[in-house]
Amino acid sequence: MEQLLQHGVNALVLGGTYALLGIGLTLIFGIMRVVNFTHGELYSFGAYMMFLWVMQAGVNFFLALPLAVLLGLLLGAGIELLLLRRLRGADIDTTMLVMIGAWIALQNFEQLCWSGVAKSIATPFPAAPLVLGPVAVSWNRLFVFIVAIALIAATQALVKGTRLGKAMRATFQDRDTAALMGVDIALIHTATFALGSALAAAAGALLGPVFVVYPTMGDLASLKAFAIVILGGLGSIPGAAAGGFILAFIEELGAGYISSGYRDAMGFLLIIVILLVRPTGLVAQRERIS
Amino acid sequence: MPILSFAWLALLFSVPLWMADLYVLHVLIVTGIFIIAAMSLNLLLGYTGQLSLGHVAFFGIGAYVSSLVSLGCQVHLLPHWQVSLAAQPVWVGMLSGVAAAGLSGFLIGKIAFKVRGAYFVIVTVSFAEVVHLVALNWVELTQGPMALNNIRPLTLSIPFLVDISFARKPASYYLVLTVALVAYVLIRRLVRSRAGRAMVALRENEPLAASVGVDVTRYLVLATVLSAAIAGAAGVLYAHYVRIVDPDIFLFIYTVIMVIMVISGGKGTLAGPIVGGLIFGLLPEVLRAFAIKPEVQWVIYGVLMVLIVYFLPEGIVPAARSAWLALARPAAWRNAPRLMR
Repeated sequence: MEQLLQHGVNALVLGGTYALLGIGLTLIFGIMRVVNFTHGELYSFGAYMMFLWVMQAGVNFFLALPLAVLLGLLLGAGIELLLLRRLRGADIDTTMLVMIGAWIALQNFEQLCWSGVAKSIATPFPAAPLVLGPVAVSWNRLFVFIVAIALIAATQALVKGTRLGKAMRATFQDRDTAALMGVDIALIHTATFALGSALAAAAGALLGPVFVVYPTMGDLASLKAFAIVILGGLGSIPGAAAGGFILAFIEELGAGYISSGYRDAMGFLLIIVILLVRPTGLVAQRERIS
Repeated sequence: MPILSFAWLALLFSVPLWMADLYVLHVLIVTGIFIIAAMSLNLLLGYTGQLSLGHVAFFGIGAYVSSLVSLGCQVHLLPHWQVSLAAQPVWVGMLSGVAAAGLSGFLIGKIAFKVRGAYFVIVTVSFAEVVHLVALNWVELTQGPMALNNIRPLTLSIPFLVDISFARKPASYYLVLTVALVAYVLIRRLVRSRAGRAMVALRENEPLAASVGVDVTRYLVLATVLSAAIAGAAGVLYAHYVRIVDPDIFLFIYTVIMVIMVISGGKGTLAGPIVGGLIFGLLPEVLRAFAIKPEVQWVIYGVLMVLIVYFLPEGIVPAARSAWLALARPAAWRNAPRLMR
């Protein structure tokens, strides 16, 4: 029972960052219909920005975090303006190939800059964990969880409560009608991709100091983000948040009670099972099977 | 046209006679293996229009099954139930590898074709990752990261008739070339048959094809089985050529390499994967000749991929064909229907 509680706490911490990854991707995938293979790359970019500012430039940890997220936002906007803008309306395979090309180029650029050796990032948090009865959680992980929840809430508020968010939702529902109503689709696409990328970079910047940073860390992150989107339903922020926590719980329990080697397989098995049992997904999405 | 084909064949078969540099031969063998895999991917991606990003799974399954059957193996399936397999001749292993890949193609086809588009892509990627993790973690069977070593090369011996070992490079070259030709002929026959036309119809307009009576799932699964078996054959050749197999064979980057070869050459054309395969198989060697770091090579690879999608979205072969038509028969080109260009 104590073990189960500890797994639950670990899953909550991990789930927060998974939710960030998933929300970022569900916005991009839902609104732009881009299968974004650079999503995991933005995740590792966020982690490397933390390494750059904290370890190489000596910037304060709490200042480096928003800086890393901001740079992720700018990189996302750059990718959209440079690569995706002119591909709007191209078929889904074409954009996917371009994103794969960008992913390979970015990842190897990182490896060129920082080598393939895993790097760790020092944190200002005390080393002794916070002990609450039967469970222990490190201060760093607690910080990650709180920031992740705050970012999820902020994104939800942005999409539900602002003019920009309303335009994004309109574009998600029907791009052409939204354009006819005067929504600047090009601007919405850039904003969406930048926002999604910033969330992925935030996840990386938060988890980088918890684990270690290495160039290929984003590959699994991309695939897990896809799993979360399938779980939660396209374009739904609460769905992606729930999907992130569900995936984290399944992984944590699978690693704890089945085999730690198959931790990363849980998400993929989950996708296959869902599509096998309910091809329309947990949330009915007609377009998946047509 | 037959004269040109014979000239190509003569050129391909004569390579080991005048190429003394064994390293060049090695590069050609590995490129040939990847071209076989790319041809198999082209059947799915080019003719049925389904982008499978888990194609490396079939390649790796072929490699692993063939190695395990030829080496022999034993596993505990349940606590007290041990299954063991004695070492079999290499050709038995090779055939089992191809069959296992084809069978997994059938199973994954049945599952994955319930969904389309981006979701199909994600299912295939997930499948490949699961297979990768199994190869990494089922140490009793696959040796995990310690890899399967000492895989024997193929030897053929019929008493008093032939006795060939495919351990040396020229012999391996001919083996790969033969399998590639068989795969090419198989794919060509399929795509020019009724089934092939049904597949293209599915690619162009699935609801319309279904409405005139094309059995969608049946043709998609048929294409997947053949495609997986050919990819498995490529994996089999790879395992018995490099003679070591480790879980890295399932790396996503190998699928990406196959996709780049197909797209750059021209998906849905028979020559496309061969042209794209030669370019992207030999490109790393050319870049290495300029002594560029591997990371820079890969950055160039990625950028080239983006550029090809932008400037030659149809691929090199259709672009070249169109340019040739425009040059040789301008009137016919202008009047040709859009699809023919």
